Amino acid sequence: MNVVEELGLELSEVKRELDFEVGDTVRVHYKIIEGTRERIQIYEGAVIAINNKCAGKTFTVRRVSFDVGVERVFPLQSPRIAKVEVVRKSKIRRSKLYFLRERKGKSAKLKERRHISKK
Amino acid sequence: MMKKALVGKKISMTQVYDENGVVVPVTVIELGPNVVLQKKTVEKDGYSALKVGFGSIKEKNCPGPILKDFKKKSIDPKRTLREIDAFDDSLDVGSVIDCSVLEGIENVNIVSTSKGKGFAGSIKRHGFGGGRATHGSHFHRAPGSIGACAFPGEVWKGQKMPGRKGSDRVTVKNLKVVKVIKDKNLVLVSGSVPGRKDSIVLVCES
Repeated sequence: MNVVEELGLELSEVKRELDFEVGDTVRVHYKIIEGTRERIQIYEGAVIAINNKCAGKTFTVRRVSFDVGVERVFPLQSPRIAKVEVVRKSKIRRSKLYFLRERKGKSAKLKERRHISKK
Repeated sequence: MMKKALVGKKISMTQVYDENGVVVPVTVIELGPNVVLQKKTVEKDGYSALKVGFGSIKEKNCPGPILKDFKKKSIDPKRTLREIDAFDDSLDVGSVIDCSVLEGIENVNIVSTSKGKGFAGSIKRHGFGGGRATHGSHFHRAPGSIGACAFPGEVWKGQKMPGRKGSDRVTVKNLKVVKVIKDKNLVLVSGSVPGRKDSIVLVCES
């Protein structure tokens, strides 16, 4: 981490720690501004990738909605994210789960990890 | 009116969020402190300017006559010397300008030396259109005709041709000042700034 990367983190209003991993099913509480009003929308799906670092760190959440795969990339430090809840953890063997894009139905399922190893 | 200006160094790029939570790409510039080395006046030099120094240098690396000048003024040797507008009459030899002069300023112009691109063709260097790639075209990326016939009978001076691209003095106008961090001598401006990391930039009020 160089000076600027540290600085980038320091400057963002939210200093969110990465408390989920690739493969987790998460609920992202995202603030949406409608005119003057602000409401929270919940987007739930599997984290299939975590990219970049420091201020530019993003995570990709994939869900299948009405048979259409939807992927959204969230900047981790975005002040628009109210919170990220972990719903389920799963057993995975790679850091990018792009293979899920070609899969459908049961084969696109991730095996649940119930016993969470102490880190 | 004289515009405020400062000499600094490009550090790197990063991103910050604005009040709406939108990502703003920013360039981090280490700006100042600049030490005034000489005050040029209309009476003596024909124009008014401030000669400022930025960045420290070891004495042994400082060229002799310049080092002598520094010693005479009892100022630590500086690596970069530049002339800026004499925007403040109260600034005298030895006084220090820091990035806080940019506080309250919305936009700045930035002057720097762009990255060298080496020998480039006319498409990359001057934005020529080039020819068709397929359908039997024999004209692809060549510059094409460089002049007319018997009149003028020569190639005009300044004809755009392939050659060295980059390493030019480039001015970028009206970059928004996102943040001034005085205690670290850092200034964040939105968008990109010409030159590589560590290149010297001149930041002027626009």
